[in-house]
Amino acid sequence: MHGSGIQIWFFIGVQLLIYGVLILGYGIFEAVIGPLAPVELSYLHTPIWWGGLLTVLGLLYVVKFRPGRAAE
Amino acid sequence: MIVNFMSILQSLVSPNLLTFSVAPLAHLRPLDIAVIAIYFAMVLWIGFYLKGRSNTGEEFFMAGREMTAWIAGLSFVSANLGSLELMGWAGSAYQYGILATHWYWVGAIPAMLFLGLVMMPFYYVCKTHSVPGYLNLRYGGAASRVAAISFAAEMILMSGVNMFAMAVVMKVVLGWDITFSIFVSSVAVAIYVGLGGLRSAIFNEVLQFVLIWGGALLVPILGLVQTGGVSGLKRQIMANMQSMTGVSSDSYFHLWRDTGHFASNPMGVHWTGIVLGLGFVISFGYWTTDFLVVQRVLAAHNLRAARMAPIIGSFFKMAVPFIVILPGLLGLVLLQNGDGTRRQLVGEDVVAVCSLDSSGQVSDRTGCSAAMAKTNLTAASQQKVLAGGDDAELHSYNQALPLMMVRYLGPGLLGLGITALIAGFMSGMAGNVSAFSTVWTYDIYKPMIKKNGTDSHYVLVGRLSILFGVAVSIGAAYLVMHAHGIMDYVQALFSIFVAPLLGVILFGMFWKRATALAGFLGLLLGIVFSASLFMWVKLVPSALATVALSPDAKPMAENVFRALWAFVFSAIVIIVVSLLTKPKPVAELDGLVYGATVLPKEEPVPFYKNVWLWAILAVCIFAALNILFW
Repeated sequence: MHGSGIQIWFFIGVQLLIYGVLILGYGIFEAVIGPLAPVELSYLHTPIWWGGLLTVLGLLYVVKFRPGRAAE
Repeated sequence: MIVNFMSILQSLVSPNLLTFSVAPLAHLRPLDIAVIAIYFAMVLWIGFYLKGRSNTGEEFFMAGREMTAWIAGLSFVSANLGSLELMGWAGSAYQYGILATHWYWVGAIPAMLFLGLVMMPFYYVCKTHSVPGYLNLRYGGAASRVAAISFAAEMILMSGVNMFAMAVVMKVVLGWDITFSIFVSSVAVAIYVGLGGLRSAIFNEVLQFVLIWGGALLVPILGLVQTGGVSGLKRQIMANMQSMTGVSSDSYFHLWRDTGHFASNPMGVHWTGIVLGLGFVISFGYWTTDFLVVQRVLAAHNLRAARMAPIIGSFFKMAVPFIVILPGLLGLVLLQNGDGTRRQLVGEDVVAVCSLDSSGQVSDRTGCSAAMAKTNLTAASQQKVLAGGDDAELHSYNQALPLMMVRYLGPGLLGLGITALIAGFMSGMAGNVSAFSTVWTYDIYKPMIKKNGTDSHYVLVGRLSILFGVAVSIGAAYLVMHAHGIMDYVQALFSIFVAPLLGVILFGMFWKRATALAGFLGLLLGIVFSASLFMWVKLVPSALATVALSPDAKPMAENVFRALWAFVFSAIVIIVVSLLTKPKPVAELDGLVYGATVLPKEEPVPFYKNVWLWAILAVCIFAALNILFW
C-alpha cells in the first residue's frame, strides 16, 4: 500500500513470527519430551522445520516492513 | 467456485448434523486455542488501526484507491478462497478426481486475464464505485437499480448462509456451539469492517491468504511424502480404482480426455458445458462482473496496477489446486479408520441418514442400510456402521480436508489449519458486507433516498449499513437453521443473476448500439428466464435432461447449461431491443464503451512490468497444465 503507516506486510510478518515461535517451541518440546498428540509422520518433526520457516519468514517481513523504515 | 458452493452448503447443513450428537473430528489443545485467539486479536488490531484512515467516502468504500497490484491481486483471489471452497473442492476431488480442477483453471484463468487486459480500463477510467455504478453510467438508473437491489440482497443473504455454514463446520470439526460461532465471528467482522471499511477487509483477505497457505500447504506435502510422490499416489489409486471410486477407468486423472460424453466421466459433464457454460458464462460472470471481487481491483492505486492485479491473482489461482485438489486425492488412499482399514467417505445424505443417536447407535437402520448399499462401502464397513459404537460413524466427502489435517497436524499446526478455515469464512463474510455497504450507500441510498448528503454522511451510512448487514445476516443464519428449504433458493441467487448481468455488461462495454431500455430488459428478463429454468428443474427433476441436453447429465451440468441458456436469452433480448430503440450519442459513451473511449496513455515501464508479458506467461502455464493433465 502507498502512503505512510503500517503496511499489511508488517501485520503478516508479526503474525507469522508469533506463530513460528509458538510452533517451533512446541516442536523442540516434542523432540525432547515426546509428542502430546500422536500424528502420522511425527518422526519428520514437522513443527520444528515448519515453525522455523514461519519464524524466518515472519522475521524478514517484520524487519523489512517495520513502521518508519521508509522514512529512514 | 460459487456454483459448487450451493451443493456444499446444502450438504453441510443436513438437519441431522444439528440434532444428533456427533463426535468432533478434532480436539484442540491450549496451543491451538492460543493460535486461534492470536488470529482474532490481529484482526481486531488491524480494524482499530485502520479506523483513523477510513474517514472519507473514498477511503472507507474504495480503500483510498491506494492498493498496490500485489495487494489488490491477492485480495482479489482471496475473496473467492473461502473455507467452503477449500473443503468442498477437496471433497469434490475425492469424489470426481482432477475434473474438479476445471473450476480453478478454465473456470477462472481466462476470465481473470480478460478482466485485467480488456475490461479493467473501462471500469477504472469511468471512476465508478461499483458494478451497478457502471451500469448507471452506461444504461441509466433502471438497469443499475435492478442490479444493485438484487446484488445487495444476494450479498446479505449469502453472508448469513456463510455464517451459518461456518458455525456448522465448527460444530462438526470441533464440537463448538453454533450460536457461539455465529456470535464471535459476526462481532469480529462487524468491528473490523465497520471501523476500517474496505481497506480493513482487503488487509484481512491478504492475511487470510497467507494463513491458508501456511495452514493447508503441509497436508499435500506430508501426504506426498507418505505416498511416495505423485507417481506413488497415482499407482495406489489405480490399483484399487473400482473399489475406491466406482470408476473403472483412469478418468480420475484426466481433465478433458473423457468429457466427450456425459456418461464417460465421473462428474457427468460434457466439454461444451465446461468450456461455454463454466469457462465462459459462469467464470466471466463471476470474475468480471461480481462486485465482490471487482471491488478489490477497483481499489488499485493506478490503471496499470488495476490491470496487473487480476493477472497476478491468476498465477496464485492456478496454484490453489495443490492445496485443495491434491489433499482430496491423497485422502482416497491415506485416510484410515481406527483399526487401520481404509476409511471411505460418502455423501452427506448417507452421513445424515446414518447419524448416531445419543446411545451411539444408528437411529434409522433401514434407511441407513439402503443408503449405504448405493455407495462403494465394503460389506464389512457397512456392518460396522450398523453395529454402532466407537469409530463407527461415517464421514462425508466434504470432511476430507479436515480429516487430512487431523491426520498430520499436531498441536499448534492444527490450530493454524483451523485458523485458516476460520479466516476463510470470516473474510468471505467481510467481503459480502463490505460490498453490500458500498452498493447500498452509492447505488441505492444515494440515488433513491438522499441525493445531496455530505461525504461524512455517506461514510456514516456505510458504517451503519455494515452493522445492519451483519444483523440481518445473523437473522438469515438462524432462518436457514430453522427452515432448510430456504437455503436452496438463497444459494441459487448467484447463479440466477450472474448470466444476465454478464450479458448486459459485455454488450454495454463492447457494443455502442446497446441502449438503456435493452440493458434494463436484458437484465430483468434474463433474471426471470434464469429463475424459471431453476424452478423448472426444482419442481420437475426430469427437466434436467432437457436443460443440460442429455439424460446422462448430473446436477453439476445443469448449473453450467442453465447459465449458458440464460446468457443466450439475455443477449437476444439486448440485441433485439437495441435495434428497435434509439441509442445514446457516441459522445456520451466516452470512458464506458470500447471504440468510443480514448484510454489514457500509460507511463512506459521496463519490459518485466508489462501486463501483456505476464498475461502471456499466465496463458502459457495455463495451456501447459491443461495439456499435462489432458
